[in-house]
Amino acid sequence: MPKLIITDRSGKKSEIEYDSNFTLMESLRDNGYDIEASCGGCCACATCHVYIDEKWINKLKNMNDDEESMLDQAFDVKNNSRLSCQIDLSEEFDGLEIEIAPE
Amino acid sequence: MTEKTDVVIIGAGPVGLFAVFELGLLNIKCHLVDNLDKVGGQCAELYPEKPIYDIPSRPVVTGQELTDELIKQINPFKPKFHLNQQVEKIAKTEYGWIVETNIGTKVEAKCIVVAAGAGSFVPRKPPIENIESFENKSVFYAIRDKSIFKNKKLLIAGGGDSALDWTNELSKDSNVTLIHRRKEFRAAPDSVSKMQELETKGKIKFLKGQIKKISKIQDSRIMLEYENDDEKLNIEVDYLLPFFGLKMELGPIAKWGLNLHENLIKVDTEKFETSTPSIFAIGDINWYPGKLKLILSGFHESALMAQEVFKYCFPNKKNIFRYTTSSKELQKKLGV
Repeated sequence: MPKLIITDRSGKKSEIEYDSNFTLMESLRDNGYDIEASCGGCCACATCHVYIDEKWINKLKNMNDDEESMLDQAFDVKNNSRLSCQIDLSEEFDGLEIEIAPE
Repeated sequence: MTEKTDVVIIGAGPVGLFAVFELGLLNIKCHLVDNLDKVGGQCAELYPEKPIYDIPSRPVVTGQELTDELIKQINPFKPKFHLNQQVEKIAKTEYGWIVETNIGTKVEAKCIVVAAGAGSFVPRKPPIENIESFENKSVFYAIRDKSIFKNKKLLIAGGGDSALDWTNELSKDSNVTLIHRRKEFRAAPDSVSKMQELETKGKIKFLKGQIKKISKIQDSRIMLEYENDDEKLNIEVDYLLPFFGLKMELGPIAKWGLNLHENLIKVDTEKFETSTPSIFAIGDINWYPGKLKLILSGFHESALMAQEVFKYCFPNKKNIFRYTTSSKELQKKLGV
């Protein structure tokens, strides 16, 4: 199984396996990470905010307008900010490193 | 003045609305309370234009369409809505319960049905250290009385409709600066062009950045530190008005002594009653083994809850199960 490398809000780094049929948000939530995702993944809140490691940010599909607009409701937004519900995982993201943004 | 009804439903989302239908068929009258300014809950607030594909017999329906059709469906039962307010307190009475909202509406009812979804929509507060101590003095998340801002220096934060509308409106009588993390806005095109026009004319200022710190300076003035890329800058104003949309939180319900399971209200799967008799919970706010947070499940829960609420409302009557397809009496209630 391909893996993700996750840094949680306390700074702890760990590896999780992922299924490429799921989004990044779903994989995080399934693995018990504290990620609110209150809208359930339809890009309508901004509570699944993550930072993507610089090495990976350009390999992801570009953000659409919806996601960029929703990020306006998030805080501590950086150049590598994304909403994890909008990231479809595929095999090629094996080793993707992300950090969960503050609440 | 205290109004009287049979049931107060907390939350006017799809499940709260359908509960009016199921209760109405049993001659039970309802009032609904919701903190939003509109009916429909998350469907209307978060994803009005987005499609839902798992409502039986509706291959696709948007959040707003579903809301509109539910309103139509419950219209024969004439529910009363109390919008823009949150239920704060409940108290037991001989009749049942008195439910009181944060703006003083009081309704007495036999039963309470909590259909509050993921909780009440409240303003999303920026995570700035100590901001609470400035709230309702120098920091406002909603505007009730705009006269206090007259001739003052304001910093409005955000890039959506509220931020832009208030920037345009308050610039008439105040010195307004708008701060947003980027120069694009997700607001109505009209408001965006109006704001840009005001900026060109020098009537408002625009800053790119995100607020990081708040501190007090003399009198009621505040200093805000913000970051644009890696640059740290300061601005001094009288008021900060952050508009970062809404988030959901359980709110006062958590303090009513109901048994909870991780912030969800525990119910039994026969009656959907909580640990407190005559208080029910349906939809995303409840929990029982096997619970799925689907609108579909909430509809089912409404129907079963109504059977039990009937016993509280009409203790001496027998509830005879009937179908809307064949019962003349039910059809009369529906006006068909």
